[in-house]
Amino acid sequence: MTATTTTEKPNYNDEIVKMFTIATIFWGVVGFAAGVFIASQMVFPDLNIEPWLNFGRLRPLHTSAVIFAFGGNALFATSYFVVQRTCGVRLWSDMLAKFTFWGYQSVIVLAALGYVLGVTQGKEYAEPEWYVDLWLTVVWVAYLLVYLGTVMTRKVSHIYVANWFYLAFIITVAVLHLGNNISIPVELLGAKSYSAPSGVQSAMIQWWYGHNAVGFFLTAGFLGMMYYFVPKQANRPIYSYRLSIVHFWSLIFIYIWAGPHHLHYTALPDWAQTLGMTFSIMLWMPSWGGMINGVMTLSGAWHKLREDPVLQFMIIALAFYGMSTFEGPLMSIRAVNSLSHYTDWTIGHVHSGALGWVGFISFGALYYLVPKLWGRERLYSTKLVSLHLWIATIGIVFYIAAMWVSGIMQGLMWRSYNDMGFLEYSFVETVMAMKPFYTIRVLGGLLYLTGALIMVYNFWKTIRGDVNEKEQQLLSQGAAA
Amino acid sequence: MSWNSHETLEKNSILLLIAIILVVLVGGIVEIIPLFRKETVIEPVEGVRPYTPLELAGYNIYIREGCYNCHSQQIRPLRDEVVRYGHYSLAAESMYDHPFQWGSKRTGPDLSRVGGKYSDAWQTAHLVEPRDLVPESIMPSYGFLLHKGAKLHDLDKHLKTLRLVGVPYTDEMIENAEKDAMAQATGEERTDIGGLQDRYGESVNARDFDGQENMISEMDALVAYLQVLGTMVDFETVEGAK
Repeated sequence: MTATTTTEKPNYNDEIVKMFTIATIFWGVVGFAAGVFIASQMVFPDLNIEPWLNFGRLRPLHTSAVIFAFGGNALFATSYFVVQRTCGVRLWSDMLAKFTFWGYQSVIVLAALGYVLGVTQGKEYAEPEWYVDLWLTVVWVAYLLVYLGTVMTRKVSHIYVANWFYLAFIITVAVLHLGNNISIPVELLGAKSYSAPSGVQSAMIQWWYGHNAVGFFLTAGFLGMMYYFVPKQANRPIYSYRLSIVHFWSLIFIYIWAGPHHLHYTALPDWAQTLGMTFSIMLWMPSWGGMINGVMTLSGAWHKLREDPVLQFMIIALAFYGMSTFEGPLMSIRAVNSLSHYTDWTIGHVHSGALGWVGFISFGALYYLVPKLWGRERLYSTKLVSLHLWIATIGIVFYIAAMWVSGIMQGLMWRSYNDMGFLEYSFVETVMAMKPFYTIRVLGGLLYLTGALIMVYNFWKTIRGDVNEKEQQLLSQGAAA
Repeated sequence: MSWNSHETLEKNSILLLIAIILVVLVGGIVEIIPLFRKETVIEPVEGVRPYTPLELAGYNIYIREGCYNCHSQQIRPLRDEVVRYGHYSLAAESMYDHPFQWGSKRTGPDLSRVGGKYSDAWQTAHLVEPRDLVPESIMPSYGFLLHKGAKLHDLDKHLKTLRLVGVPYTDEMIENAEKDAMAQATGEERTDIGGLQDRYGESVNARDFDGQENMISEMDALVAYLQVLGTMVDFETVEGAK
């Protein structure tokens, strides 16, 4: 690749990256805590405080807080950081970038207030009502302008691969958002609206949206992150340029088709279900293409993995990405889906992707970013990074193992018959059987949250400029030896 | 095509953007557009009617409380589900749901055919405190619905909006929305439900659902909605349904 390099370091806008970084950390803790709370409600139903803090109102609060608030802010922060570095220019508009920050935070707050007060469209991951949707559209157009403007004014001839992914994420999320939120408000001064499509059509559109919120928000966007921060942290070039081309185009083309696997055996026509399943299975390959490209970037630098917990975060993230993108195609097979659907297996699957892939790649990027942004030589403590890594990993393992067991068990209990040919278990018996696993899940979530709090402490010390004497000593000893 | 031809896209952000949009549009177009030829998607069955104003108010409470987070409304054509919940769900049965309430998780049981399975008193008591009736239940309590008046005066606007998106509400139904809701939640012993029956059919459930004579609560609306779920189609008469 020939690229014109500038000798002078451009004057990057890192203020906006700092703001989004802080927001990422803040919403991350809020979202994880909300998750632990609603998980506890499933063990201790008395924790439901009607009407505002009932599970049904808080569950969207949790999913939105982690996906759109934590994940979204992480994508804003890293994309603004990456696009400037890879294009060799300052962000195209500081003002518009600042607008995206306050605009996006206000979307989050408006949406969250709505959930607690009972304002919702009732579509998973697209709960905010029409007025928040319109406002988000304005903010998102501003985001696209800032991003594209920066790419267009770049000082290098080629657009770096991370930017392909970020761009695909931004534009496709816009398409999905507009497509899934066509609705008519009952009153201009009221919150309530009715979606234009109904029944089967609304189900298909919702899961076209829903699955691609995973595909483009939680995958393409975070692959953009991966394509910058893994090579940077490993100090190695991306493993294969060709593989990035092939897996980029195949990933974005195939993902869009996978939605109907959420609607197996429903009233959706069979041809659509079959298409959804077929493409979901095909999706395995481009997904693993991304994982291989990321992991193999360490070729020749594997020794770094032993010492650097930040790199460990990124590589474990890729391992979880590989695992959940294998599990996903498996669960999309109709026969498997007949067992897994409606059970906790799905919840476990989502969390191995969300906690393992999205969470860990973000933590990796944050650990890279914070010292750089605040002009510190290094993180306050590398040991605490390691501690965070292991506590969080154990937390995830608790979580997904519990959900595998409870999901498969409940699925099997629902379909077991006694000798007389009657159903063996009443519904509530299957609920009772879930209790130990719901308890283990709370524990897993608590560990994950604890890890995040350790990260917050580490960042607090790093940003304040505190020096960890012990680790500093060890480091200089190592350098002297 | 050589690998170098990809350079064109890598050097031109607008071309790259357009290429991305085209590539991501294909799947959605193929899977979604044909579904709007509704005659190929929704098998017509007798009996499915739009919700009465009171049931609609209940449907909106169901959405507001996020019931879909834990309850599905979609019975799959699998042996155990048909035994447990009843006839598998037909496309027509949710064609007036804007949006669908099929759900994706069964922390609690499927509700698509819950209508008529339990008495109004059971539903009300269960919503007030689920553990009074099912000690092992982990469902939240919804006692506040009993003390909150259902908002009926603007139901005509809701019906009008739904008509805009294709639900066949007549002018008469819109005009009488509030009156019909009150009649349905009061019952024929204390009011005239003739108009309601003319508009929504003889089999419409009209009674004091929550047992509180002095008010029409959100509990009335929600229970009215639950009691109609899955009861519109008479499967005895649907040919080839079994």
